Amino acid sequence: MNRRRPQGRVKMDEHTFSSLKRLMGYVFKNYGRLFVLVILLIIVSSLANVQGTLFIQSLIDDYIAPFIGQRDFDKTGLFYALLRVGGFFGIGVIASYGYSRIMVNISQGSLKMIRDDMFKHMQSLPIVYFDQHTHGELMSRYTNDTDALRQMLGQTLPQIVNSLMTIISVFISMLILSVPLTCITVLSTAMMVFISKKAAMLSGKYFGLQQASLGKLNGYIEEMMDGQKVVKVFTHEEEAKRDFDVLNEVLCENMTKAHGYSNMMGPISNNLGHLTYSITAMSGAVLAIQGIGSLTLGGLASFLQFTRSFNQPISQITQQFNSIVMALAGATRIFDLMDQAPEIDEGKVTLVNIEEVNGQCIETPKYTGKWAWRHVHPDGSVELVRLQGDVRFENTNFGYTEDKMILHNIELFAKPGQKVAFVGATGAGKTTITNLINRFYDIQSGSITYDGIDVKLIKKDDLRHSLGIVLQDTHLFTGTIADNIRYGKLNATDEEVIAAAKLANADHFIRHLPQGYDTIITGDGASLSQGQRQLLSIARAAINNPPVLILDEATSSIDTRTESLVQKGMDQLMEGRTVFVIAHRLSTVRNADVIMVLENGEIIERGNHDALIQQKGKYYQLYTGAFELS
Amino acid sequence: MIKKLSIYIGKYKKPAMLSPIMVSLEVVMEVVIPLLMAMIIDDGLEKGNMTVVFGVGFAMILASLLSLLFGILSGKYSAEASSGFAKNLRQALFYQVQNFSFTNIDRFSTSSLVTRLTTDVSNVQQAFQMIIRMFVRAPMMLIFALIMCIRISVRLSAIFLLAIPFLMVSLYFIMTKTHPNFLKMFKKYDLVNRVVQENLTSIRTVKAYVREDHEIEKFDDASGQLKQYSINAEKLLALNGPIMQTTVYSCMIMISWFGASLVVSETMTTGQLMSLFTYVMQILSSLMMISMAFVMTTMAKTSADRIIEVLDEQSDIVSGAKGLTQVKDGSIIFDHVSFSYAQDENKLALEDISCHIPSGATVGIIGGTGTGKSSLVSLIPRLYDITKGKLLIGGEDIHDYDLEALRNEVSVVLQKNVLFSGTIKENLRWGNPEATDEEIIRACQLAQAEEFIEKFPNKYDTYIEQGGTNVSGGQKQRLCIARALLKKPKILILDDSTSAVDTKTDALIRQAFKEEIPDTTKLIIAQRVSSIEDADMIIVLNEGSIDAIGDHETLLKTNQIYQEVYESQVKGGDDDE
Repeated sequence: MNRRRPQGRVKMDEHTFSSLKRLMGYVFKNYGRLFVLVILLIIVSSLANVQGTLFIQSLIDDYIAPFIGQRDFDKTGLFYALLRVGGFFGIGVIASYGYSRIMVNISQGSLKMIRDDMFKHMQSLPIVYFDQHTHGELMSRYTNDTDALRQMLGQTLPQIVNSLMTIISVFISMLILSVPLTCITVLSTAMMVFISKKAAMLSGKYFGLQQASLGKLNGYIEEMMDGQKVVKVFTHEEEAKRDFDVLNEVLCENMTKAHGYSNMMGPISNNLGHLTYSITAMSGAVLAIQGIGSLTLGGLASFLQFTRSFNQPISQITQQFNSIVMALAGATRIFDLMDQAPEIDEGKVTLVNIEEVNGQCIETPKYTGKWAWRHVHPDGSVELVRLQGDVRFENTNFGYTEDKMILHNIELFAKPGQKVAFVGATGAGKTTITNLINRFYDIQSGSITYDGIDVKLIKKDDLRHSLGIVLQDTHLFTGTIADNIRYGKLNATDEEVIAAAKLANADHFIRHLPQGYDTIITGDGASLSQGQRQLLSIARAAINNPPVLILDEATSSIDTRTESLVQKGMDQLMEGRTVFVIAHRLSTVRNADVIMVLENGEIIERGNHDALIQQKGKYYQLYTGAFELS
Repeated sequence: MIKKLSIYIGKYKKPAMLSPIMVSLEVVMEVVIPLLMAMIIDDGLEKGNMTVVFGVGFAMILASLLSLLFGILSGKYSAEASSGFAKNLRQALFYQVQNFSFTNIDRFSTSSLVTRLTTDVSNVQQAFQMIIRMFVRAPMMLIFALIMCIRISVRLSAIFLLAIPFLMVSLYFIMTKTHPNFLKMFKKYDLVNRVVQENLTSIRTVKAYVREDHEIEKFDDASGQLKQYSINAEKLLALNGPIMQTTVYSCMIMISWFGASLVVSETMTTGQLMSLFTYVMQILSSLMMISMAFVMTTMAKTSADRIIEVLDEQSDIVSGAKGLTQVKDGSIIFDHVSFSYAQDENKLALEDISCHIPSGATVGIIGGTGTGKSSLVSLIPRLYDITKGKLLIGGEDIHDYDLEALRNEVSVVLQKNVLFSGTIKENLRWGNPEATDEEIIRACQLAQAEEFIEKFPNKYDTYIEQGGTNVSGGQKQRLCIARALLKKPKILILDDSTSAVDTKTDALIRQAFKEEIPDTTKLIIAQRVSSIEDADMIIVLNEGSIDAIGDHETLLKTNQIYQEVYESQVKGGDDDE
């Protein structure tokens, strides 16, 4: 826990410093006064420590040496001196508890703020960002990178301040005691730093190799464990062992070297410290005997103690250098996430509730279940456009990157209440089209209108509120079944939740669960069957009563018998709404008002089922099973 | 636990023994140095004797250099020992998993096995290194330094009778108090990670429902809890330093007070007094070190337990005593077979299955999800063992076969199948390492894979990424079939293996099977009726039992489930006519 091994070669660059600045910004902005107090307390604590060591000199020179051999030893002077030192010590202890305790709050508090800011910012990022980064990559910002920061803020930072204070005060005290001895100490300390750095560099080099071979071995382990059943089926165990042994051996070699050097770091700085101590003791004795520089016995005693307190913080700093740079590299990654441009939302048109008074639509703050777009025109006039679910694509072109277009010339119009189906092979662009309606991605050219309003003019949140989506992979959240359905409408009453579940045909199975609607789902709903999860996600979409529904392969992973069950729920849900359906099984799209067959980002056929069958084109081929979809 | 794991030190016994020896020698040198320093002061400085100063001085330097040497050696040996230990442990685990049956694998799950082989091993390795260094160094230091103090002055050493118990009790108090708090804190870590994880996997849902603020609230709450629990855990730890200081400072004051009298009365020398100050530090800091090392090794205990759990797991499927290596033909007889994953007769996944499949037959198996289709076929190559009844292959009880021989004759294409990173050819050779290029091509022809492989620029040398991500689902399935065919099995089992293949290719594969490998018994599990309608016999499963057996025509007339499935898939096409 408290130990971090240097991993790989660490580099410092301009990011490292700007990250450090920003990190300290968090500390100072929120805990500025407390942090100043911490520094003061650290100074007090290290001064008290120096006082104690200096006292050894007067102990020997003033309170012991003069009395040696005398019969009556008057200890009153010593008593008061010890009382004074004890006082210093007391203050030192209190100060050191004070700063350790305050630092806990500062570091945990700053960490919380960093975490919260990071998460908050992450929520504002566009879908593209999540496409471009793996979950593992983003996760590790919250785990590894924040952990490194915790280490740094909680332990390394106060330790470094403490070390610096100690080094300064000890150095001054040493100078006062003896200049020549100080020179010796500084020289041999410099040597220690130099040798430690060499060992650290070697260790860093081999740690890089170790990490590489560890990555390889872990990759192999992952692949084999994942395919373990296949290994068994093909009785491939011996080959797997052989390959494993080769990788394992390489790792062992690199690990031995890497750990070998890093294990040496401690003994090196520790024992070079002893060496310094020995040289100082010898030369000190020589100086004292020769009477050079008025070094007393007590002075030498104190000085020797100081060489120890001088070496320790310096070797600490050297050893922690790597972990600081690593923590800052983590910080750089965290800040990089925070610096990503958030989703742009220039939309002004909002969604409002309306009620009809004398045949006229009037905006109301009440929830009426009837909605309209509130469109403020440039001239200041306000227009209320009834939310109906009329979606049109005109000459729309889209690509995730400018140079590679995915969709070409998409023309489509869905009238309120119509069911529009998309059919085509994986990668033909079906999901992409629906992702354009809710503006997960923005189109390059052409236009998409919603009830006659360009979707770009609509506020993103309001736009998405008006669309219900059931995705292929149903992801549920930890919480009760009711919580999960309520995700579609946070303030839904229990009655509404049950009504939505009934609509989706989910009520029946939910009631059979041990705690009914209060059954806790964990691990993405692993305890539920695929079909049941699908039904829940349909209920989740239903509860918000959206005028437009997007069903993206909502039933593809359910077997056909279960599907007919889900289908009933879906059919009820689709009634009276504009629906976009993407389906793998053609049986699901047969009753659509219009079916679009997509190929390579273009609509190549359109029409209803019967018309397309008669056309004997691609759809016909797909339908009769002559063509592969996935 | 330590006993069980220590076997894996294996051939690294030498460095594992040398490392603590070197550490001890280093400690001896470190303890000698203050003693020598006292001699310089007392016999050299006080008496003005330069020869003593230089003599003892060089002895001190020599001691430091020796200590340095021993320290470096101990680091080297402990690295050798711990890396070797980790290597052996990892190997033992990996080999063990290779011996696992499917039941064993299911019990642990893939991700948990990976964690055990990676993170857990490295935790235990660190603890091991700690044991052969820290756990030797700290107690040695404590003992030697204490001996030195007693040698100098028995009376003054009495101080430690107060100091050591005080420090130990305080540290123990802090440890026992903080440990549960740390456990609670780790739980909160899990909570925060879970919220992030769920948020990431569901980011589209979050955005589609505009629930960003809701998620932020959830996260704020979780991270707030984490902060609170972390502070609770760490605030007691903040006492560690001050308590240590209090003990050291008190010892120094007491030594100064009592030591002064001793020096004045000339029962102790000044140099000895000075060396006492050093020994105090050595003794107390080694106590601190012990407590820290203790905490760290206990943290590794959970990891060690998880590793031992794997090592202790008994593989429950082993080759039969008779060890038959020849499978006569591909006939299969299920004789009142029942099966439970938990080997518990009250939780049967399959119940009382009886049927006779002649060699060379094509058998279709159909049924909803969770009706036991996959369980049924996995009994044949003994991926799982039957719980009750008898299962005969080629006329012999499956328990009488040598396991490898049996699995070589029964080839399964699993539902959740994987390709491994490597070329297509390498992947196919899993079926038969000695397969010639002609054999490989032929297998691919049968599996209808040849066509698309030929379209790849590198053809059979095309590199497949880990998990087969660079081929489509249908292509992957066909490669897996080809791989299974290369085994030239007597029984071929396709567990929903053509779900992503279009119906036309699917039919071609079946046709090829019929014509080219007529003697191989073929079991086909399918969702699509069209995949099995021309089979010699079709088994309809429902809730772990056979609902009906028959051919397509008969079942369509007599079996309700079969009719339902058929209608849900085909009806659409029919009523247009």
